[in-house]
Amino acid sequence: MIAFGLVMSLKGPTYRMGTLMHMGPGFMPTALGVILICLGIAIIAPALLLEPGEDEDILPEHREWFAWGCILASPVAFILFGSYGGLAPATFSCVFVAAMGDRTMTYRQATILSAVITVFGVGLFHYLLQVPMPVLEWRGL
Amino acid sequence: MIETALTDLWYGFGVALEPHNIMWCFIGVLVGNMVGVLPGMGPLATISILLPLTFGIKPVGAILMLAGVMYGAQYGGAICSILLNLPCHPPHAVTCLDGFPMTKQGKGGVALGLTVFASFVGASWGITEMIFLAPVLVEVALQFGPAEICSLMLLGLLAGSTLARGSPIKGVAMTVLGLMLGIVGTDLETGAERFTFGMTHLDDGIELIALALGLFGIAEFMNSVNQVSIVNAKYAKVRLRDMRPSKKDFKRSIAPMFRGTIVGSLCALIPGTGPTIASFVAYATEKKISKHPDKFGTGLIEGVVCPEASTHSSVQGDFIPTMSLGIPGDAVMALLLGALMIQGIVPGPQLIKEHPDIFWGLVASFWIGNILLVLLNVPLIGIWVKLLTIPYKYLYPSAMFFVCIGVYAANNDMFQVAETVVIGILGYTLLRLGFHPAPILLGFVLGPRFEENFRRAMLISRGDILVFIERPISAVFIALCVILIGTQVYVRLRGGKRPIPADVFESSLESAE
Repeated sequence: MIAFGLVMSLKGPTYRMGTLMHMGPGFMPTALGVILICLGIAIIAPALLLEPGEDEDILPEHREWFAWGCILASPVAFILFGSYGGLAPATFSCVFVAAMGDRTMTYRQATILSAVITVFGVGLFHYLLQVPMPVLEWRGL
Repeated sequence: MIETALTDLWYGFGVALEPHNIMWCFIGVLVGNMVGVLPGMGPLATISILLPLTFGIKPVGAILMLAGVMYGAQYGGAICSILLNLPCHPPHAVTCLDGFPMTKQGKGGVALGLTVFASFVGASWGITEMIFLAPVLVEVALQFGPAEICSLMLLGLLAGSTLARGSPIKGVAMTVLGLMLGIVGTDLETGAERFTFGMTHLDDGIELIALALGLFGIAEFMNSVNQVSIVNAKYAKVRLRDMRPSKKDFKRSIAPMFRGTIVGSLCALIPGTGPTIASFVAYATEKKISKHPDKFGTGLIEGVVCPEASTHSSVQGDFIPTMSLGIPGDAVMALLLGALMIQGIVPGPQLIKEHPDIFWGLVASFWIGNILLVLLNVPLIGIWVKLLTIPYKYLYPSAMFFVCIGVYAANNDMFQVAETVVIGILGYTLLRLGFHPAPILLGFVLGPRFEENFRRAMLISRGDILVFIERPISAVFIALCVILIGTQVYVRLRGGKRPIPADVFESSLESAE
């Protein structure tokens, strides 16, 4: 059991939001909120009763902050470049940023990979599946 | 009865054999198989990523393709576990036990060849079951009122969340979380906005694709980035010639195949016990029956074909409640149901009557798809083996792009890409906390319908909550729920702190020894 205070703080807000709803549409959320609180307590209780054992860290042994950042930044890059530049730069940046997360990845490999995926992606999604997104276009900031 | 089923099946073949449908089925099986082989990509991630691609297709084609992806990926996973000892999908964990030793002995090809056959036998049985059982279930289900549907869903949700992997309480907590996520958006009856925090983008609720890709795409990538070691493919050299099993191997594996099939179909009948439990139970049974149980784990062909047949038979069996009652047994089924809903088709007992083309077409396509799978895997095995060696560092960035464009293409809305990122972070946190995210999806898909039916039942009974116990069918479901919870609590109290499923597996494996 790794669940600890974090679970509690996770459940807390759900409860508050639940009770704030007025009766009609708010019934379900409130009921669920209460159930969730009970479950949260049920999960935490055994963990608390069995005195906290050795250091139970929720982070894995290898903390890949950089890699995680890269993975999360990749969709963000997609959004930014997609909104202002079109499909091609969005794809390229998305793949490139995500690829940099791997430790063994070199700039050269990442560039080649991104280029290949961009060509492939534009071909498939723009021309074949007709996703309404311009391939390359500067919309200004 | 049998006659009508056969006529319907004939009609189904007519639908499934239409050129474009057969094409989608083929693409689905091919892509599913290809992606399933890749280490670290299970059926859930595959279906989520491919889901947006099916929007442009007609409902029948879309569902045929997605179903094809599912069992294709299922089969691909077996290749990965036999050749590399890497179970990318939990049901295959047992296949590794005997499959990998076989590969080490240079008999990987034989194991694969017989797995193809075992899967086919298992799937065929599951399909046959579906043909005859589903219409019967529908007859019963058509008499259901809101109260019955509601309690049935409750049973489905409870079973799905408690019998899955990990701690049952955590499973239920995840289901409830999924139900809550399902609430986001405009209320169906009053039009009030709930949990939108003033963001108009959230009025239509959280997008299913954003949720699925956040949980099974981004969260999974974060979990496995820089963790997947370089694949050791030293044993994974399989040629077409190696796949032909000797007569002796074939004879030895026929009986286990059928035993596995039967175990799988029995497991499919109990709601919530998916392919994972089926394969474990099948392995344990096989070990018990065997004349030389001590040799299991050293590369016995029985230990490969039995769980594989069982997995496939239970997967096909899982379609029965999904298609006839609209109650998915696990997250994969929930995703398929979600895909149907996106196509504008309301799942439930009426589905077979209103959309016979979908139901019977799907059934028929299972046969076609499974035959395609056999035909594909024999000549393409060499290519799959090469695919296994693609490093993860090329794989996940490409998959990230598919995630982004997939979510965007669903509604042409960048906001949903951001939604996916947030859900991805949430999913990863939950994963680290030991919560398995699959039940969230189950709750999310069933949530809105559960609420709708609950309210309707309350309206009809004028707010009398006892209606659920007073109506006989509903009372049976509620009783089953109580029994389910009761046994879980009982086993937990007796078995100490260990999570239940592990107990079940261990005890079944122990008793087999």
